[in-house]
Amino acid sequence: MTKPEIPGTYLFGIEDSRQGFALNSFCASLTSVDDRKRFLDDEAAYLGRYELTAEQRQAVLDRDWVTMLDLGGSIFYVYKLAMVDGKSMQYLGGVFTGMTTEEFQAALEAGGRHFG
Amino acid sequence: MAEVTWGLTTSHVPSIGAAMDRDRTEDPYWKPLFDGYRPAREWMAEHTPDVIILIYNDHANAIPLAIVPTFAVGTAARFQVADEVWGTRPVTDVIGHPALAAHLVESLVDDEFDITVAHQLEVDHGLTVPLSVYCPTPGDAWPAPVIPIVVNVIQYPQPTAARCYALGKALGRAIRSYPEHLKVAVFGTGGMSHQLAGERAGLINEEFDRMFLAKIQDDPQSLADLSREEYVREAGSEGIEMIMWLIMRGAMDDEITRIAETYHVPASNTAAALALFENRA
Repeated sequence: MTKPEIPGTYLFGIEDSRQGFALNSFCASLTSVDDRKRFLDDEAAYLGRYELTAEQRQAVLDRDWVTMLDLGGSIFYVYKLAMVDGKSMQYLGGVFTGMTTEEFQAALEAGGRHFG
Repeated sequence: MAEVTWGLTTSHVPSIGAAMDRDRTEDPYWKPLFDGYRPAREWMAEHTPDVIILIYNDHANAIPLAIVPTFAVGTAARFQVADEVWGTRPVTDVIGHPALAAHLVESLVDDEFDITVAHQLEVDHGLTVPLSVYCPTPGDAWPAPVIPIVVNVIQYPQPTAARCYALGKALGRAIRSYPEHLKVAVFGTGGMSHQLAGERAGLINEEFDRMFLAKIQDDPQSLADLSREEYVREAGSEGIEMIMWLIMRGAMDDEITRIAETYHVPASNTAAALALFENRA
């Protein structure tokens, strides 16, 4: 069995979870109100608790959402970081598709995006 | 003996819960969806079950990264509502039904479904939003105790659609073999088409959704025959949640009656639907 490749689509799998384990663990910690505060007080210091790769760490500090997913982030975990920033899933949708949040929302309200 | 009296399929988009929590259901954005819920809600309010079995997926809130069960049954007496970073939904904790849950586990394992037992489980929007779709104003308590069945749909390999349908059939046998007379409602949640990440983010496939809404009643086997790849390709990486509807369907009789249905685009990034079925020809 091999994981199918579907263009323009992340299929978060076992190897992704292994690669992104520290990154996703960091994001999961943000469901704790105390840890959210500790992270916001000093992001770099807080990230030191997790064994992120240099690339993952930089992607978090830069809020480089695409790179986080490319480095093993799961959308459901990475979204927790976006929420800490007050960003919506529509904002992320815009980032992933090269649209503004408003353009992305308008595309959904017009019936969504269609593919072959 | 216990029996399945009705089944509900519904999307569990978090913003649907937020619209109710923030009293925005009459806003132009949300009104069509909530108007669509009304006939189903009126019927369900007159058919309160003794127990709800609610099939859903956790969204990285309660199921840890360390261990990902494919299927888990919640056997606790009470399930706390999870903090999902935006805060805890202002809804009451969920009361379980430990006796029936333990029976379901035993019956399913004897039936060769080697499921995980969740003795403690926080429940996220995947479970609480469907409860609010069913009952928007529960007061101090939900209308019935709830047994959560958690399905992994966020990490590949998800269970196949065929396996979900077979689990539903085993769940139906398990319910019917419980000695106490209980009326059971089964909720299959998630969907419809949507994809959150990647260049295909914002995907909606109404044609696939309409096909699925029709066949979930009268040709579920054809939906069980679809591959994991077909679900992701057609309905999006998160649209594969729809395999959970097949667990509900499998627990019901071959012939069922459609009471209500609604379909609306969008609820945030998702095509939202509800279908309500009574378990009779």
